[in-house]
Amino acid sequence: MTVLYFSWVKEKIGLSEETVTPPADVQTVAALMAWLAGRSAGHAAAFADTRTIKAAVDQVHAPPTASIADAREVAFFPPVTGG
Amino acid sequence: MTDIRVQREPFDSGAELNRFLKRNATSGGVASFVGQMRDFRGTDRAHGQALAAMTLEHYPGMAERQLADVLAEAARRWSIDDVCVIHRYGEFAPGDPIVLVITAAAHRGPAFDACAFIMDWLKTKAPFWKREQTPDGKTAWVEAMESDDARAERWGQ
Repeated sequence: MTVLYFSWVKEKIGLSEETVTPPADVQTVAALMAWLAGRSAGHAAAFADTRTIKAAVDQVHAPPTASIADAREVAFFPPVTGG
Repeated sequence: MTDIRVQREPFDSGAELNRFLKRNATSGGVASFVGQMRDFRGTDRAHGQALAAMTLEHYPGMAERQLADVLAEAARRWSIDDVCVIHRYGEFAPGDPIVLVITAAAHRGPAFDACAFIMDWLKTKAPFWKREQTPDGKTAWVEAMESDDARAERWGQ
């Protein structure tokens, strides 16, 4: 799946996008965050406090408990500040 | 009928309103909101910190999709003839327009309410992130405000 990062999440990780293949037991947004945190020091810093990070699964806002089973695109970002 | 635009280019609020009025000549009430970049950070200018510039990042695709969802929800709640939403991204200077919402309805009530609702919901749902720059060149991501959540929640789910 494609994982996208925005705002300070992108800056801490140093990537705006990457393609990953998580193991089969990674089935929720929360589990994906925990797994991604192990990829690099930047990932670990970005996902250090997951309460400050929001997620979208296939461009729809998704809670930590949401399934990523059929997801093509998962995005992580801080709470939005547009308008 | 809806008109959703996510764009880098500036927009002319007066020209947009005139075009909207022309195509909704028989709507009894038209309401509009323009969001512009402030020249300070904080609750008021006297106690705030001066700002020199701002960058708005967005999530292409999801931004349009979330705005469409917010407009669909507004159309479900109120009888609206037409809506126009323009949201910019990119580089901003103080005074630059950021967002424009225009609503048309048979009467002023739904036009006012739908316009406020769309702004309140897009503030908490549309994937845009502001980064402000002070005159000394330092930049910082804007943090989401609880008051924005409260304004969005007053409309219920």
